[in-house]
This record gives sequence, C-alpha cells and structure tokens, in this order.
Amino acid sequence: MLYREAGQFKTTYASDMAVFRLREDRIGLAVIIAAAYAAAFLGSDFLLQAVLIPFLVFSLAAIGLNILTGYAGQLSLGTGAFMGVGAYACYKLMTAFPEVNVIVWVLVSGFFSAAVGALFGLPSLRIKGFYLAVATLAAQFFLQWCFIRVPWLVNYNVSGALDAPLRTLFGIPVVGATATPQTRYLVVLTLVIALTWLASNLVRGRIGRMWIAVRDMDLAAELMGIRLLQTKLLAFAVSSYYCGVAGALMVFLWYGGAEYDVFNINQSFFILFMVIIGGLGSLVGSFFGAALIFIMPIALGVVLPVVLSPFGLSVGAETIEHLRFMIVGALIILFLIVEPHGLARLWQIGKQKLLVWPFPY
Amino acid sequence: MSFRRVSLGLAIAAMIGGSPLPAAAQDSIYIPLFTYRTGPFAGSGMHIADGMHDYLEMLNQRDGGIGGVKLVIEECETGYDTKKGVECYEAVKGKNPVIVNPWSTGITLPLIPRAAVDKIPILSMAYGLSASARGDIFPWVFNPPSTYWDGMSMIIKYIGQKEGGLDKLKGKKIGFLHLDASFGKEPIPLLEELSKELGFEVKLYPVAAQDMQNQSSQWLSVRRDRPDYMIMWGWGSMNGGAIKEAVRSGYPMDKFLSVWWPGEDDAKSGGAGAKGFKMLNWHGVGTSYPALQDIVKNVVDKGLSKASKDKVGELLYNRGVYNSLLIAEAIANAQKLTGKKVVTGEDVRRGLETIKLDQARLKALGLEGFTDPIALSCSDHNGHRPAFMQEWDGTKWVKISDPIEPMGDRVRAQLDAAAKDYAEKNAGWPKRTEPCDKAS
Repeated sequence: MLYREAGQFKTTYASDMAVFRLREDRIGLAVIIAAAYAAAFLGSDFLLQAVLIPFLVFSLAAIGLNILTGYAGQLSLGTGAFMGVGAYACYKLMTAFPEVNVIVWVLVSGFFSAAVGALFGLPSLRIKGFYLAVATLAAQFFLQWCFIRVPWLVNYNVSGALDAPLRTLFGIPVVGATATPQTRYLVVLTLVIALTWLASNLVRGRIGRMWIAVRDMDLAAELMGIRLLQTKLLAFAVSSYYCGVAGALMVFLWYGGAEYDVFNINQSFFILFMVIIGGLGSLVGSFFGAALIFIMPIALGVVLPVVLSPFGLSVGAETIEHLRFMIVGALIILFLIVEPHGLARLWQIGKQKLLVWPFPY
Repeated sequence: MSFRRVSLGLAIAAMIGGSPLPAAAQDSIYIPLFTYRTGPFAGSGMHIADGMHDYLEMLNQRDGGIGGVKLVIEECETGYDTKKGVECYEAVKGKNPVIVNPWSTGITLPLIPRAAVDKIPILSMAYGLSASARGDIFPWVFNPPSTYWDGMSMIIKYIGQKEGGLDKLKGKKIGFLHLDASFGKEPIPLLEELSKELGFEVKLYPVAAQDMQNQSSQWLSVRRDRPDYMIMWGWGSMNGGAIKEAVRSGYPMDKFLSVWWPGEDDAKSGGAGAKGFKMLNWHGVGTSYPALQDIVKNVVDKGLSKASKDKVGELLYNRGVYNSLLIAEAIANAQKLTGKKVVTGEDVRRGLETIKLDQARLKALGLEGFTDPIALSCSDHNGHRPAFMQEWDGTKWVKISDPIEPMGDRVRAQLDAAAKDYAEKNAGWPKRTEPCDKAS
C-alpha cells in the first residue's frame, strides 16, 4: 500500500532516467541518510568506532572492487594491496605537506592507487578470468613486499608501521588519537556518500555502459568500437582509486595506525566475499555485503551469549569465535544457494513484491 | 528471505543494545584480557591466556580479589588480528578497564596514541614498541622487563662468552631468522651496529607470516651459508617450524639461540634432535612456587581453568602468570597510593610506575625465586632487566647461565633515537603532564 508506482507520472526524460524514480525511494534514501547522520550523535562510541566506521570503509572498498569485478568483469585479488597503496601514499603526502588539509590528501592518495592499479591492469587485455586473478595476486604479493622492504614509505620509522599524526579540519581533530569517533564518523560518512553518488553516476553513464559491454561480451564490444585496453584500464584505475581512498580512511580514520600486515591477502578475499555476497554489479549490494561479512560476526558475538545463557550455557570467547566462523560460513553458503546473485538481488525482488503488495495479481 | 530478516533483526537488536557487554559492577575491578585461542598463533596464545586468567582467578578464589575488591576477568578473542583487536578495545573501553594487554605488536601500535586520550594504561610485556620504555614520552605504555634490543644484546653477549670474549666474534657468521614484520625486524639495526663494531658477519633470513610453517627455502640458504650461530625471532607456529627444520637440516642445536617466545610445544615438535636448543627467559618454569600451587589448588582442581593440569607451569603458562603478576601488583600499588578500593585506569598507571618487586615482596606473593626483582619508575617503563639462557634437554627447559645484563649504553642509544623519532613523526605528540609518584 505504501510503496507503489501508481499515480507517479514521469513527464520529462530526466525524471524517467533518474536513479530513484519513485517518490518512496527518494524519501527512503533521505531517511537513511538522515538516520546515518543522526547516528553520529545518538550512537555509542562502540557503535561508531567499531561498527559503523569500518562498515563504511569496507563498503567503499567493496564498491571499488565491484566496479572492477561486477561492472567491468575483471577479476582481482589485489584489493588489499591497492588499499595499502592508498594508505601509504596518504601517509607520505600528509607528512610531506602537513599544511594541506588531510581530506584533500585522502582523496588525492586514491590517484596513486589508481596509477598502480592501472599498471597491474595492463595484462588484462591479454588474459582473462582466473588467469587475470593470478596476475593481480602478483600485485598483492609484490606491493606487500614493497610495504615491508621500502622504509622510505614509512619515513624510516623503526617499527615499520604507519601511525596517524594529528591533523585537523576547521580546527577540529579528524586524524590522530584525539579525534573523537563522532568527527571521524561524520568525515567518513560524508566521503562515502559523495563517492557512492559519483560511482552511481559513473556506472550509469557512457563509461559504465562501456564497462558492462566489455563484461558481457568483450568481442562484441570491440566490434562496436569500444577500445578494450582503455576501457579495462579505466576500470582498474577507478576501482583502485576507490580502494585506495578506502585504505587511507581505514588506517587514518579507523585504526589510527597500522602494520603492513593489515593489507594482506585475507583483506583482499574479505572484500571479494563482500562483493560476491552483496551482489556483483550493484552498488547497494556492496553495502549489503559489507554489512553481512563485517557487522554480522560482531552482532553474533553480542547476541550469542545472550541467546545461550538462558540455557545455562556459558561460552568462552574462543567458542564464540568458532561459532561465528561456523554461522557466518553457513549463512554465506545458504545465501548463495537461495540467491546466487547476492543480497542486492534479494532486495530487488523484495521491492518488486512490495510494489504490487497486497494484491499480487 | 526469512533468514535475512532474522539476521537483520538480530543485528539491529544488537545495535540498539549500544554497548555490547554488560557493564561491570561498581564494587569490582574490571580487567579485560585480549587472547587468541584461535588462528595461526593460537598454539602460543592459549597457554599465555590460561596463565594470565588463572593467576587473577586464583586471587579471586584465595583472597577474594585484590584488597578485598573482586576482579572481573573477561576475555576478548582477537585471533592475533589487528582488526579484531581494535574491535575488542572499543568493546571493553566503555566498561572502565583498568589496564589493557594487547598481546600483539600489531594491536599495540594503534592503541598507543589512544591510551593517553582514553586514560587506559597499556601493558605490552616485552613486546610492542620498544621505544615505549621511555616513560617521559610514553606515560601510558609499559613494556617490562626487557626490550627486544636488550634481548639481542644479551644473546650476542652470551655467544661472546661461549667463544671466550666478544673480540673472538671477529670473522664469525651469525644468521638471523626472523618473522618478517615489525616485531622480527626491530633488532636488526642493533645487530648490524654490533656486527660492524665486533667484526662478525650477519646473514638475514626473513620468514613471511604466511610461510611460517614452511621454511624450507630459508633453511636451504642456512645450509649453504653455514652460519656459526643462528638467532631466532619468531612467534606462533614459526618457532616450531624453525626448530623442526633446524633438526632436519642437521644444524648444530647448541648453536641455535632464540629470544624468549618458544614454548615447550615448539621444542617438542623438533623431537629428540631439538636437545640443546637455547633461549632467553626471565622467569621460572614448573609449579614448585607456592603461588602456582595455589593456582592448582584453587583454580585448576576446581575446574575453573581452561588449561589441563599438565600444561600448568609450562613456560608460556608461567609467562602469562608473570603478566598477571604485574597487573595485580599495579592494582595493589594503586590502592595504596590512592586509598581507594576500586581503582581506575589512571590510578593503575601510577601503580605501574611504582612497581617494585624485590625479593621480600616476591616471597610474600609466594613467588620467591620465580623471577629477578624488578622496579619501574616514571622515566623507565621497562626496567631493562637481565635474562638468563636456558636449554631444552629433550623433555624440559634447564637454566644454564647466570643472568646476562643487557648492553645498556647501546640499547639506550637505540631507544632514545626511536622515541625521539616517534614523537617527531607524530606531530603534536603530547608532552608528559602526568605527575610522578614516589615509590610506594
């Protein structure tokens, strides 16, 4: 009853082509964004710092990989390393030019990641699928090797780790230990919303159509006049840009300091799972995937003791950890059996059902 | 669909709950323990976790806590993963923890800048950032009883003794097998400096975290280079792997030395051939100490421990006990300093700075002879205590040397440089404002 198309007439091409054609969708989005901003003032520090900030960071990284894998059809296992490039570039820029605003450097660091990503995307013209995945695996290992072996990247820091110096925005600390979770969250939220908006326009426009054409049938796309190399490299560059920004946000606005090891191969898999479970070729799916893979285990850690204690079962921290692995693993398999196109497809089905509810004729 | 709804519902319910764990009562002291009983480092991590937990639980059972205040001990599983460690930190932060033990260099590093802001002291016992031994720059971080640089200088000193003087090291070849992470790389500058000075040659064999169990390529190089001595800087499954490989490649075990992390299980994995393997240590093994007897009686026999009885008193178990001994001592000091029963993180920071475990105090705690005396101060958060060398005799560790003093002046130089470097890189690193207590 509440969610229906009837009575909403599109009188211009612009309104017919809009991302959110239904008034209900626009209201829903406004409510979600308003709620997200309200969470900064209502949520506890734990909710902001340990749940929402990482969720947004992973969503951004998942969008990055989704652009490459979901829209352009190129498989990559180097996401963690590209995030690392962003983080190390941001660190070098921040320390070399401390007077420039840190937000600028977070956004600029993505370009370094984009350049490295495009470089490692070069083989994509000749190799495809699993073979390309292995080529990007080389990027993962090579870049990680660089992070350990090149002390210049960490300004010859003895501990070999990145640490976040104090940086402010309008006089309020955003990076460094004194930055409150509220400030960090607001900055991350704003950047993620802006970059998601940019991505949604990118994938709907000329460039996105080129990517989709290449993904669906690259030979046909070439015959239609799409230059494969440029298109694929652009996909690698844009994807790595998003991953790089996510990496910089991860180290400086979430962890506040990190070793090279956080950019390991597990991180790449983690993001790949988010993309596959959330839904390939869907921006909202990136958010769903990040929520399932990242927030669900935390929620389980909170819920399981509460659920089990009435039965007189007190479980230790490590048992919870094992249970988390089992439950999340089982859920992943289940979701993929129920809906191989990911959570985004489930969301879409749900919306279609709601459009005709309560009279599904 | 229904599954997603249920899971979403659970997630939302958890979100609304806000702080995820029930808050500690007002009349108790909350001590979170970051543990890893899962993951690739669990083989080392679970013994440490058991030791830490059991000593504190013993105080609860035997004395009703510390100074009459019950201790609330809660474990948070990190899996040695920085991401989960930071999540654990956020989860416990709201419950007024008096101290945090990250038990991973990777988790310690992001927590160091936060400690001063959140007013929670960090105890990173003989790991973490070595430079944090400088209490004037890192008032909230403690890493007793020795830094990794102390450890390296002790090993070189021991080798020198065996050869009949440090000058005899000239022309020798020393291999350094290390975990390829900040932890394993930290002693390299000191090792290289010493090699220049004393004239020995250093060969580096880095082991990446994902290759910990398969070190064949490193040991192939060892066989080719034939170093006169091998020094190991490993953790978790890397230690067992290295000992196994050393035995297999026929490396003379009495020339294979390690920093303080390998446990019994690691040595046992080398079989009979591991006899003669040496490592640094600073505390006793076994359960002959009265306090450990109390643990067996009050905790293990009552079924309150996760450790099986035969693991109690093993090296890493006792290392966990040592860690908890420092926590308990810091809390007791804090109670004395403030006159309060229920102390806070700020009080315990002062308690840590006034730690003074002399022979009499150790005896009173039922740990006479367990470890050398140690005293911390405002400026020295480490103590730079000597350690001794122990040898694996095929079934147990045997102490084989007197305490070896670290090369103080050289370690000091490294420390000062590193601390200055850290403060400079972190522009706006706060000057110490915390006042200094006289030892209680």
